[in-house]
Amino acid sequence: MSPALIAVLPFLGALLPGLLIRSGRNVAASACATATALALIGLCLHIPTVMAGGVVTADITWLPQIGLNASFRIDGLSLLFGILILGIGLLIILYARYYLSKEDPVGQFYTYLMLFQGAMVGIVLSDNILLLLIFWELTSLSSFLLIGYWKHLPEGRQGARMALTVTGMGGLAMIAGMLILGNIAGSYNIGEILQAKEAIQASPYYLPALLLILCGAFTKSAQFPFHFWLPHAMAAPTPVSAYLHSATMVKAGLFLMARLWPVLSGTPEWFYIVATTGLLTMLIGAVIALFKDDLKAILAFSTVSHLGMVTMLLGLGTEAGAIAAVFHIINHATFKAALFMTAGIVDHEAGTRSVRLLGGLRKLMPITFTIGTIAALSMAGIPPLNGFMSKEMMLEEVAHTVWGGYANLFLIVAAVAATFSVGYSFRFIVQVFLGPERREYPHHPHDPGPGLWLSPAFLIVLVVLIGLMPMTMVGWLVTASADAVTGLHTHPHLALWHGVNTALITSGIATLGGALLVFFHRPLQELWDDAPRPEAKSIFDAIIRRAARWSQVTNDMLHDGRLARGASMMAITIVMAGTFAWATGATSPMSREMLPIEPVALIGFVLLIVATGCMVAFHRNRLLALVLIGIVGLIVSCGFIYVSAPDLALTQISVEVATVMLMLLALNFLPKRTWVETGNLRRGADALIATAVGLGFGGLAYAIMRSDFAFETISKYHLENSHSLGGGDNVVNVILVDFRGYDTFGEITVLGIAALVIYAMTETLLKGKSSRRLANWRRDQRRAGDRHPLLLVVATRLILPISLTVGLFIFLRGHNQPGGGFIAGLIVAISLLMQYMASGFAWAQERQRVPFHAMIGAGVVVAAATGIGAWLWGLPFLTSNYGYVKLPFLEEFELATAMAFDLGVFLCVLGAVMLALNSLSRISRRAGEPVNVEPMDIDPSRDDEPAGEPAHGGAV
Amino acid sequence: MEALVAIAIGAMTAAGIYLVLRLRTFPTVIGMTMLSYAINLFLVATGRLAIDKPPILHGHAPLTDYTDPLPQALTLTAIVISFGMTAVVVLLALGAYIEGGDDYIDMPDSDRRETGGDSE
Repeated sequence: MSPALIAVLPFLGALLPGLLIRSGRNVAASACATATALALIGLCLHIPTVMAGGVVTADITWLPQIGLNASFRIDGLSLLFGILILGIGLLIILYARYYLSKEDPVGQFYTYLMLFQGAMVGIVLSDNILLLLIFWELTSLSSFLLIGYWKHLPEGRQGARMALTVTGMGGLAMIAGMLILGNIAGSYNIGEILQAKEAIQASPYYLPALLLILCGAFTKSAQFPFHFWLPHAMAAPTPVSAYLHSATMVKAGLFLMARLWPVLSGTPEWFYIVATTGLLTMLIGAVIALFKDDLKAILAFSTVSHLGMVTMLLGLGTEAGAIAAVFHIINHATFKAALFMTAGIVDHEAGTRSVRLLGGLRKLMPITFTIGTIAALSMAGIPPLNGFMSKEMMLEEVAHTVWGGYANLFLIVAAVAATFSVGYSFRFIVQVFLGPERREYPHHPHDPGPGLWLSPAFLIVLVVLIGLMPMTMVGWLVTASADAVTGLHTHPHLALWHGVNTALITSGIATLGGALLVFFHRPLQELWDDAPRPEAKSIFDAIIRRAARWSQVTNDMLHDGRLARGASMMAITIVMAGTFAWATGATSPMSREMLPIEPVALIGFVLLIVATGCMVAFHRNRLLALVLIGIVGLIVSCGFIYVSAPDLALTQISVEVATVMLMLLALNFLPKRTWVETGNLRRGADALIATAVGLGFGGLAYAIMRSDFAFETISKYHLENSHSLGGGDNVVNVILVDFRGYDTFGEITVLGIAALVIYAMTETLLKGKSSRRLANWRRDQRRAGDRHPLLLVVATRLILPISLTVGLFIFLRGHNQPGGGFIAGLIVAISLLMQYMASGFAWAQERQRVPFHAMIGAGVVVAAATGIGAWLWGLPFLTSNYGYVKLPFLEEFELATAMAFDLGVFLCVLGAVMLALNSLSRISRRAGEPVNVEPMDIDPSRDDEPAGEPAHGGAV
Repeated sequence: MEALVAIAIGAMTAAGIYLVLRLRTFPTVIGMTMLSYAINLFLVATGRLAIDKPPILHGHAPLTDYTDPLPQALTLTAIVISFGMTAVVVLLALGAYIEGGDDYIDMPDSDRRETGGDSE
């Protein structure tokens, strides 16, 4: 099975519980188990290749430009971790089925679990460090979901947040480190990086890269001083803890250190940072674990301690250290997963995890007792179990490690840690299972059904078998993975008996010491409780609180929810960035001659500047501001004609009309004046900002217009091919409907959506409180006496056919002369709007048979259909074609498919403009605007009185 | 001529920004319209100014006889889209006025988000 498929299988499995959850827990669990088992089998099929020293790879090109490929590899190390992740995952899926209750959302649980599993498998199979980083972040996210699974528990939420914060920040640091590493090695491919040891260690960036990568690994693997998140993550359901903290999440950091061991290790920096951190973590975790009362907390700190031990072993940088490390990874996964599951069973059946409330469960829960005891003895390192062997190997290795000139320092500290390790393991057995039976427990404890004990029992069998026959059971796996870690051919010798050596003696002392620790546990606990010590959670919370406060302050400084604040900050930033670019960058010379200034243009310019100035000066009179904006718009349109942009001029002037009408309708309700509300200082500051932006923008425009194109423009292509490929002479129109048809298609869709948004908002305004407000609206202006004057009505009726013809004409000629769908749509919209103005919206609306929404929809559909039509001839979307058609009695004329597309544009623009204005008029009607029955108020040809109330607007 | 266009762009931008920074909705909408004019003109200007050279092909005239059509095509859609945007903003302003009773662009201080992170 391809490594890529193995990595994808869990993700596919993650989809199943969501689809199957209605069928119950069994089906969801079996579906996940199937996906996991398939992946596991697929992985195991590669064992022979890997054993023969081969590496299985699969490469899928993804983003080769940035060196990111979906490359996967299976070597010894991937194999080891893959088997652990998928194998223990399978056991956890079974266990969780019986652990979770009916009330828990099981579908979610399995989906999160499979996501997490997929991310972990992805990490260990990645052959590209960028891909690895993606999976790394995925584990942080999916573990967040798993830890916070019981959302109703505050501890769950806090624990999940803390885990995400710590591991997420480490992950960010690691991204930086990995990028540096990839840059030094010249490749992001792991296989190639592993070959570049000399280059990497000689690079001046070795230390920063190392520190950043270790930051990621240490946070993930809960190394001191980042160890505090792990115990808080115990708020998760026990299957999650068992999975995350035995075989997967926390092992990801170890995996990474092992993966990069060949290139990063072997330097003093590596030794002093990694080995020392590991040793400290091992000691601290073991000591704290002895004094915890919660079963899961004991296990959590013991996990911290054991992770420290593996880190330390990797940090030594020796071959034997690496062998011991991978062997202990296997051993720890087996006994720790079993212990977590035991703790879960005790919690499930006895109703508490507090050691103080337990004891004497030996007879009540014999199966659980057997499983828990063997696992704990293995954790303590008692022969003949597997934990004993890796501990011996560790002690043997530290016995001849010299730290900064102190020969025995490592051994002594490791021995003390081992003593405490024995202590908490014994305590786990003694205080939970041994001792007298209690009179009462929170629940009546008894052994659970096989669903719960099968998984840990299986692991215990492994614990014993590995202990008895290490070479047969896991010798091959340890060899393969140690080979992959060290890049050498290792020959591990795993055995129970190595003769009487330093390790055995130390181990014996540690076991005795541990027993003594349990014997004197009570007085020691009192001493511990009285001793002052820093509480990691409160420190973490204080840091987070302070960080949140500072970011809030900074945030408020930049934008505090006031539009003006945010807008001015943005303006200032743009000006500063522009000034910086101007000051530091090179500008091209002003090589273009200026065009001469003609008198007409000068007049237009003066008008524009005066209107703009007046706008600022008199903007408080809103009606006047509207008039002024009309002037500015008109001159801009004329300017477009002047600079050879007739299409723009036509568009601008018709948009202008629609915009002003829209604003007039709105102004009908809004206050007619803006009052002075800002002080001189504020206005001065705003004026300063505005002037700076204006100067910058104007200057930029000037510089661009005076200099030549920096590169050859692509316009030449459009000009050359407009006629031959697009069949049109109006290049702007051909670009819109043909060359860049896809853009236009998006734009008309956006326009349609905008109109529908307006319609939806209007619907909201016409309901509820705002509707009542509207119904009682008091007008602040007098109405005109003759609202729908005879002259206007007659004139617009006469103009209508003419303007529609103009619209049609503009539409038809658009492909070759200025015009086209956009402009025609606007022109037709305006000619319709004139009818609406003349006789009132309601009157005109009653005579309007096609709803505007339909028009927008039809427009988009027509445009899309034209585009899809190209598929019928096997051409890409929106490929256009054209031909010449000869109709009888008429000249030959051209018919291009682009014209159908333009029809879509036309319909969409028309519908959007009309819908927007119609929506506003509906608000007016609700506010008591009279609805006309007759087209005009005073009709000389009519005898009766007009039905609509002409004067001050009575309600209808 | 270039200088005049540049000054016009600068003046309209400055007016637009000043109006956008006001406290009521209507001046802000007007300011945004002014900004759209300035930006549309700027976009066309990036194709450099040319007089009497509309990009309408005629006969076999050399390509230098036409101005750059690409910025024009971009600007054309920009004009229409900015109409859509203006329409939405105008309706938002109107809706806020009808619902809230005033046309301040910002919420009153008491309605804005309280400072401080969440803590459980």
